[in-house]
Amino acid sequence: MDLPAYVARRLLQMVPVAVGVTILVFFMIHLVPGDPARTMLGTHATPQRVALLHKEWGLDKSLPVQYERFMSRLVHGDLGDSLFYRVPARQLIVDRLPVTLWLIIYGTGLSILIALPLAAVAASRRDAVRDQVVRVVPLVGLGFPSFWVGIMLLLAFALNSGRFFPVGGYGHGFSGHLRAMFLPALTVAIAIAPILIRSLRASLLNVLESDYITTARAKGLPERHVLVRHALRNAVISTVAVLGVNIGYLVGGTLVIEQVYALPGVGQLMINSIFQRDFPVVQGVTLVFAILVVLVYLITDIVHSLLDPRVRFE
Amino acid sequence: MSVAAADAFVEAELTERRHGFRSRWYRTPAFVAGIVIVGTVLGLAILAPVIAPYDPTKQDLQNILQNPSGKHWLGTDQLGRDVWSRMLYAARIDLRVGFLAVLLPFLIGTTLGAIAGYYGRFGDTIISRLAEIVVAFPFYVLVIAMVFVLGPGTRNIYLAVTAVGWVSYMRIIRGEVLVQKRQEYTLAAQAAGLSNARIIIRHLIPNVITQAIVFAMSDIVLDILLIVTLGYLGLGIQPPTPDWGTMIADGQTFLTVKWQLSTIPGMAVVITGLGLSLIGDGLADLLRPE
Repeated sequence: MDLPAYVARRLLQMVPVAVGVTILVFFMIHLVPGDPARTMLGTHATPQRVALLHKEWGLDKSLPVQYERFMSRLVHGDLGDSLFYRVPARQLIVDRLPVTLWLIIYGTGLSILIALPLAAVAASRRDAVRDQVVRVVPLVGLGFPSFWVGIMLLLAFALNSGRFFPVGGYGHGFSGHLRAMFLPALTVAIAIAPILIRSLRASLLNVLESDYITTARAKGLPERHVLVRHALRNAVISTVAVLGVNIGYLVGGTLVIEQVYALPGVGQLMINSIFQRDFPVVQGVTLVFAILVVLVYLITDIVHSLLDPRVRFE
Repeated sequence: MSVAAADAFVEAELTERRHGFRSRWYRTPAFVAGIVIVGTVLGLAILAPVIAPYDPTKQDLQNILQNPSGKHWLGTDQLGRDVWSRMLYAARIDLRVGFLAVLLPFLIGTTLGAIAGYYGRFGDTIISRLAEIVVAFPFYVLVIAMVFVLGPGTRNIYLAVTAVGWVSYMRIIRGEVLVQKRQEYTLAAQAAGLSNARIIIRHLIPNVITQAIVFAMSDIVLDILLIVTLGYLGLGIQPPTPDWGTMIADGQTFLTVKWQLSTIPGMAVVITGLGLSLIGDGLADLLRPE
């Protein structure tokens, strides 16, 4: 199967998932105990206001009709109006999306920078001291609460004696973002690097046993050359898949990390909206996050198929 | 093969494995270290009412933000509450929620995974599609959204975790059952005329459950991280009940003057997580069939 056909097939497979996601997000309002409009508006809301919201959300109609209305608004990009800011929820989300995307991409980049050398060092000599040390990293690292790591990084590099980085905020311009977002991105990286190290080490050890590596060594290539040029290239393939699977966890993690560093991203918008009981915004953010994850799955699948064309023929 | 003989055949194999486990577990250092760590934390949590020197919610506004001393081992917080006592009581609630939260996902995921893997066809399609939809949402986003609509409280946290958490167990068990149902012992059981339910419960589950148990260990770590994170965001355990997450959040305000307030509860989470990971790693080693 050539690449366009593969992409088309994957897109087609996404359709039922996308429909399911919208149904789940649609049903969120019906999980609210009691009258959702009253719960969201609080006890001091006037009956008129509650009735108005009922009408606006179409809660007086049957479920299929409600879903149809929800979908027809959705395909026009309408996520409803924020109860708190009185502006379209879409606007609020679109304004804050760049910060979150920056954090995800920057964090992923840093995590690869951390994981690649560590895994290579560990796999270069199985069961040596350096391998044992690297193997401990995932064991310890997976138990770190990422918001706590963020606070500890602040303590070490942004407060008291070591003020190398700003305590919060997004910065201005490309280099400003790079500097201001370094600690948040590092926090993201520390959260996923353990997973990457574990998988990369395992696949490197696997690859290093193959015949073509023996051939490369027999040719008299220096070990470094064998490891970096020959082994790493093939070992990275399965790690791309692992990264893809864990991206959902990563994307969700940004929610908390934005809170620690006061980054004006989508995650912070969601948390603030929860405390303002701003249902349309919470619903919209949930949907946008799901779309983001589904897109990332697609991208990693495509990258995977570029690195290893065999997956297209499975 | 008669029904009894089919059962006995599998039973013998299992006994052997269990016996192996019994004679080998103490020779796996990671496992022992994990047991010691988790055992200590659990012990401290259970004994909290006995060993905590103070009431964890009792405020003493004359003595706020004290440094560690003989009177207050870990100092006091912004309301003059004893940090050591709060740590112990927080361990009680965080560990309890973390351990209990895996039970329902484990049961539901295992059941659905066995059904999807064994029967295949329509049920498999429905269950697998549902799983795909759930994993399209980032874990934290879906749980936080659910806690928002359901309202705070531990019962709703369990519900939210169950709604999301069953998927991992389902996938693990489904994959294993797909392999095991082609093995000879399953075919033999089918040929002997055992009912499908009996084959699944008596023969397949014992052979596929170890993977799920190993995963459950890291799942407990994830759930404890989740509870603590929800607490940090103000959506989890509600004050005045002490919880490591809210303690870290409260301490963040005083980071420049009393760094230990945020640091210590985080260390407790990391140590507990390490202990559970070691148990999981050790179990994976021990239960791996030779």
